[in-house]
Amino acid sequence: MSQRITVLVEHLEGQPTDVTFELLGLARRIAKTNGAAVEALLFGETVRHLAQTLPADRVVMVEHPLLRYLAPEATAITLTTLLRTDPPWLVLIPNTSLGMDVAAWVAATLDWPLIAYCEALEQHDGQLVATAQLFGGKILADVKLEDRPTVISALAGTFATDALPPAPPGTIEHRDPPAELAALRTRSVVLERPEAADVDITRAEKIVAVGRGIESKDNLELAEQVAEALGAVLAASRPLVDAGWLPRSRQVGKSGLKVKPKLYFALGISGAPEHLEGMKDAELIIAVNKDPKAPIFSVADYGVVADLFEVAEALLERLEG
Amino acid sequence: MTIVVVMEQVPDVVEELVIAPSGTDLDRDAVSYVINEYDDHALEEALLLAEATGDEVVAVGIDTTGELDQALYTALAKGARRAIKVTGDFEGAWLSTRAAAQLLVPVIKELDPRLVLTGVQAPDDLDGQLAPTLSALLGWPHASVVISSEIADGVVRARKELWAGITMTLELELPAVLGVQAARQAPRYVPISRVRQVMREASIETREVEPVGDLAPSLMRLRFPAETSQAEMLTGNASEIADRLIELLRARGLL
Ligand SMILES: Cc1cc2nc3c(=O)[nH]c(=O)nc-3n(C[C@H](O)[C@H](O)[C@H](O)COP(=O)(O)OP(=O)(O)OC[C@H]3O[C@@H](n4cnc5c(N)ncnc54)[C@H](O)[C@@H]3O)c2cc1C
Repeated sequence: MSQRITVLVEHLEGQPTDVTFELLGLARRIAKTNGAAVEALLFGETVRHLAQTLPADRVVMVEHPLLRYLAPEATAITLTTLLRTDPPWLVLIPNTSLGMDVAAWVAATLDWPLIAYCEALEQHDGQLVATAQLFGGKILADVKLEDRPTVISALAGTFATDALPPAPPGTIEHRDPPAELAALRTRSVVLERPEAADVDITRAEKIVAVGRGIESKDNLELAEQVAEALGAVLAASRPLVDAGWLPRSRQVGKSGLKVKPKLYFALGISGAPEHLEGMKDAELIIAVNKDPKAPIFSVADYGVVADLFEVAEALLERLEG
Repeated sequence: MTIVVVMEQVPDVVEELVIAPSGTDLDRDAVSYVINEYDDHALEEALLLAEATGDEVVAVGIDTTGELDQALYTALAKGARRAIKVTGDFEGAWLSTRAAAQLLVPVIKELDPRLVLTGVQAPDDLDGQLAPTLSALLGWPHASVVISSEIADGVVRARKELWAGITMTLELELPAVLGVQAARQAPRYVPISRVRQVMREASIETREVEPVGDLAPSLMRLRFPAETSQAEMLTGNASEIADRLIELLRARGLL
């Protein structure tokens, strides 16, 4: 094991995703306290042009057509091969849709510990402690890092990217793809983008967002009326979209859209980490929830512990009356 | 042929959670358990697949609560053909994902399925998600965050969601493992009378296993998120709150 922190670079359509820079920033902050080297692992079909944009001491690149979209099997096998040959101290993988396929697979294959849903990685009394968000964001778990290679899957949107001095240009190394890529059991990988939506919630100035607290599709009408009265567009948490009550284009969060409106008015949304990821940067967040411990209040500017229907109706009365 | 669905009971996070005096687990007596909602979606997706192919769905779960029967009977009532409960000396324990996967692998191998489905994640999987862990231990290909799937010509075609509506469709050779985010349709509802009938007519098979070593990361403590929030809580009756909200929005030029 060497004193090295390794970051798996996530990218889509020729652009590293934001979380990649978050994790490289996190790695550099830890490295500053103990002199570790920061390594970025960059896999893809042709990714040389991305290598210079990564703030790391060393970029290790593997290029192969099967790595084009960072599909699970090819990425996990390539990563495992590199890690096994030269184990680092920490491996940081984003807990995104792509990263979730890789982190647990790699850790189980190498028999290394894995800490998932990591939202903080900090020194406490000379000991590095990872904090994971569990139970829908209601509980935090502090985990001590052992003195052995460890995989960490880190939540997107939680680590700062700013305030880092530009990294000096690191070395760029090229590695051959592992022979196992010739025998993958993934036959094809196709990427599809969504059709254009009726409303682009990422451009809305005001959003009224509803969650499972709304209880039924019929009750959406009330939320729709509140949205209209406020001049806002209606958005939702994932379960409502999964139930088919609203189109995918209205979903806020990790697997939906990231929004940054002037007003985000959340009705009956618990504030699971996957939802917060999509809206916590809104300028003004007002949340109504009957559970005083709902995690949504941790990001809200104003909170109301109440029945959403009562508040919604009272608001409508005022706004329309 | 067989499709296995792995189902887990998890603490209901809508309820108030209490941390045990040990500091490293929830107070399990105060927990009310529900089926992991993504496992429910995995079951639905498995049933839809089986309806198209004629496969047999087998629901499998590790009984850490002593209460798994209800969930397995419900799975049978919804259309699973068999239900298997893995039991051992771990009641009340918080099993790590790695330990759970090690307990499940021999049972899955015995069933020789062509597909294993489980929920994309669980509220308590501190050491990562079950589907990729099972995939690694079984040596079968996998995909997670799956929102629809189809079996055809020795492959499963699984549609995986990335973000912002972008999806990735993968063709995986069978056998394979899928971590299901959402079934193609909302999980079916089954009346309690039907579950009761199944409880009289069907039975749950049991596999008694030896516990595996503790494979969890070194958990120091659980805690509640600090009250770092700047949120100002508005109180009063609904009309007072409505007045305050409107005042607030006006002051910011949002109305
Ligand atoms: C890979 C992955 C990606 C995901 N992506 C997303 C995503 O993009 N967006 C997303 O939203 N989720 C996403 N999720 C799901 C997420 O984990 C949560 O399950 C989801 O956000 C919960 O939605 P909710 O808050 O509406 O429902 P719940 O968590 O069920 O919360 C409902 C809330 O309503 C409150 N309530 C109930 N009745 C009332 C009432 N009458 N008045 C006031 N309050 C009431 C309750 O107290 C509760 O807090 C994702 C999950 C995974 C695994």
